[in-house]
Order: sequence, then C-alpha cells, then structure tokens
Amino acid sequence: MLSVHLILFLAFGAVCVAGAVNLLVQRHPINSALSLIAVMAALAGEYLLLGAEFVAAVQVIVYAGAIMVLFVFVIMLLNAGVEEETKGSRVAMLFGIPGMLLGSLLIAWVLLKHSGTEAVAVGALPGTPQVIGGLLFHEFLLPFEITSILILIAIMGAVVLASKPTVPGGEPAQRVKE
Amino acid sequence: MPLPIWLFILASVIKSAVVLGVLLTAVAYTVWLERKVVGRMQNRWGPTRVGPFGLLQPAADGIKFLFKEDLTPPHVYKPLYIAAPLIAVIFALTSIAVIPFGNSITIGGYSIPLQITDVNIGLLMILGVTSIGVYGVALAGWSSNNKYSLLGGLRASAQMVSYEISLGLSLVGVLILSGSFSLRDIVNAQGGHFWGFIPRWNIFVQPIGFFCYLMAAYAETNRIPFDLPEAETELVAGYHTEYSAMKFAMFFMAEYANMITVACLATLLFFGGWHGPIFGPPILQAILPVFWFAAKIFAFLFLYIWVRGTLPRFRYDQLMAFGWKFLLPLALVNLIGTAIAVAW
Repeated sequence: MLSVHLILFLAFGAVCVAGAVNLLVQRHPINSALSLIAVMAALAGEYLLLGAEFVAAVQVIVYAGAIMVLFVFVIMLLNAGVEEETKGSRVAMLFGIPGMLLGSLLIAWVLLKHSGTEAVAVGALPGTPQVIGGLLFHEFLLPFEITSILILIAIMGAVVLASKPTVPGGEPAQRVKE
Repeated sequence: MPLPIWLFILASVIKSAVVLGVLLTAVAYTVWLERKVVGRMQNRWGPTRVGPFGLLQPAADGIKFLFKEDLTPPHVYKPLYIAAPLIAVIFALTSIAVIPFGNSITIGGYSIPLQITDVNIGLLMILGVTSIGVYGVALAGWSSNNKYSLLGGLRASAQMVSYEISLGLSLVGVLILSGSFSLRDIVNAQGGHFWGFIPRWNIFVQPIGFFCYLMAAYAETNRIPFDLPEAETELVAGYHTEYSAMKFAMFFMAEYANMITVACLATLLFFGGWHGPIFGPPILQAILPVFWFAAKIFAFLFLYIWVRGTLPRFRYDQLMAFGWKFLLPLALVNLIGTAIAVAW
C-alpha cells in the first residue's frame, strides 16, 4: 500500500541518489557543488517526512545555505577549471564503482538483517524543536557543551591561521613589498 | 470544523493565486513608490507621464522588459547564466507561503486561516529559503564570466552570509519570548496591551533586537547603505552587469520581493502583525486586521525608500567591520540579556 508519504519519501530518495551520482559524474567543480546542494535539500525533505522538521530546517540553513555557499565561494575564487582524467582516475573508476556497490550492499544487508533495528513508521519519531531542545539541554547537556568547546577551538585555530604572520619583534610583518 | 480535502485544496489554490498576485503587484508598485518618493526627496517629480501620477508606469516597464532584446553574451557559462535569475526570483517569492496576513475568516461554517500554510517552523523556513536565495546572486556573478560581475557576486554572497548570522541571532530574543517558531503563534503572543494602552508588541521589549534585525535586513536585501554588490561607481552594475531584458527584470523583482518579505517579517515579529484597533460593523472588523498588516508593511517600505534617499553608501571594509565587530556582539548581548531576563 503506497501512501502519499511513502511516494514522497521515494521521490526525495531518488533525487538524493541522482544528485549524488551527478556529483561524481560532472567534470566541472561548480556543477558538482550544485549537485551536492541538491542532495542536501532532498535530504532535508526526507527529514521533514520522518517528522524531524527542526533537523530539516537546520539542514537547509546550515548545510545547503551556509557551508555550501563557502564551497561555491572557493570554487569561484580559485576559478577551478575542468577536472582532468588521468590513468590513476581510470583505475580508481574501474575498482571504485564495483567496490562501492559491494560495500553499500554489505552495509544495507547487515543493517536490515542483523542489527535488530526495525523500520520506523513515517513521522513516528517526534522531532519538534521543543523535543530536541529538551534533549539537548537535559539529557545530552555535557556532549552539547563539549561540542561547543570543540567549535570554539576550531574558530580560534581558524583565526590564528588567517591572521597576519608576526615577526618576533611583535609588529605584523609586511607580506609583499609593493 | 476541519475542511474536507477537496475544499482544502481549492482554498489553498485560491489563496496561493491571490497572495502571489498581490505580492507581484506590490513588487511593481514598490518600484513606482520608490521612484516617486526618491524623486520628491531630490526635488523632482518622478514618473508622471504614464497614467495619473505615473500610476501605469510599472505596466509600461513590464512591457518594455518583455520586448527588449534578450542578449546572451558569448563567453557566459550558459546553464548557470540562465538558472541564476530563476533561482533568485523563485526563492524570493517562495517565502511568502508561510507569512500569515490576518486571523482566520469563517465562510459557510468553515474556518479558513489567512495564510497559505501554517507550518510550526515557519520562521526557520523563511531563513532557509532566503539562505538558498544567495546562490542566485553568487552564480549570476560567476557564470557571467566578467570581472565586475564576479566581484559583485562575491561581495554579495560574503555580505549575505555574514549578516545572516546577526539576522538569525536578533530574532532569537523574540523566539524566546514567544516560545514558538510558528509565525501565527508569535503574532498571537503579541495581542493585548501593557498597562492598558501600549500595545504588547515585541519592539517595546526587544528594541536592541529590532535594531539588529533592521540593520541586518538592509544588508541582506543589498539595499543602500549596504548596496556594495552593485556599487555603480566601482562595479558597473555588479552581479547583473551582463543581464538584460526579462532576466534582469527577474533580479529586480527578486530584490523588491525580498524587501517585502523582510518588511513582513519585521511586522510579524516586532510590530504585532495584524493587531491594531478593531471597530465598526462586522465586515469592517474582518477587513481591518489585513489593513493594519498592510499599513505596517507600507511603513517599512517607506522607511527603506527614505533611507535610500538619505544615506550614502558604506565602504566594503566598513560594512564587514560593522557586521562582525558591532552588530554580531550586540545581537549576542541582546540574546544573553533576554535569556537571563526570561529565566529570572
């Protein structure tokens, strides 16, 4: 029995897989980046169908809207050209595609048959902002705070790497003489 | 009483058509209003020739855009060059779907909310849709294969990504106070009065949040004084240098639709949405909330135009310094202050 939910779920799944395949097939980095955005948007649709509306919104805002903008930004700034095909890349394709298919089949088989997890009905798990907030600030408070410290360290690292190099005297060094 | 499914679909289709029609008309007449008001501010008349007070000018402009030659320069990356204006205008028009513009009306025993759809993450949806809209500008700049376009596109995306953080943080205070992401709930939380005469709008409890929102909103919509992406004196026309005819008109429409969305959001979050004095016979009582909502949006659009007619443009480093060193800390302080006040 196909419900509307299931049809939509399969449609978003198809978009997701098609985007992922397109990401690999495309030669130009900007097309690959845009396919990745399509994958993320379709994934947000899947989250929404599973009842995790907050995760879906965050997926769009953070991944599709912010992180991928930076990807596109880098591609635009470097003006990265079309990818070259080398001998190595052909060998990788020859072994990579069957290997990946085998691997994903194996994972799917183990997950479905031997891990004891059952399929969850569409929309059965609550994912409203209230529930997620409650979980984050009560049950998982410590991991949440540790993550924030991790992010803080990453930010500080980025600031140190991006700031101007200093000479031992303490004055910022001149990068290039104009 | 909930609607039967076919009536629900019918109501949704009618609402979508009406809202989209009103939005597009509003976009066209915001352009007219801007030309008229800025004209008067600069001691000239603005459009006067087409129709009374130049009121048919938007129609004339639309026809002109349709009949102009649609040039595609030879060195552009064609798929993205065509897709970019579509992305910009589609995502600019989508966010209107979750904007509530009045209470429910009752027709034949069925209650129909005046909103295309009420989702409980409405605000997040608008933020998500606007964050995707950045691609329209960024890709237009890159695919045009023109240095001015590229610089304009890079400036625009850097500016929009930077100010999105302040924009999001300035809204969290309101969210803490109302406890919901649903725009309808946020508006309903602002009903009533303080001490019997001051309306219970969030602007009176969150003035700093509103200031941050307003500044970030100007930057997000690339309007003066933050219109660096299309600074004529440096970048010709920025990301839409290579666009003509209808494709250019799409960027134009996207910009004004974004302005209207931002004005809607400000009205809903800080100015009590459709709340206002209600009086008179039943038919007037049904119309007045929508009227108040429209009047508040008009006030915002007027403010936008006023600022455009008054302020000069920032320098790009000033823009970035303002966003990261002033606005972001201010929004954070406001957030922490609100959180402490609510917890206390």
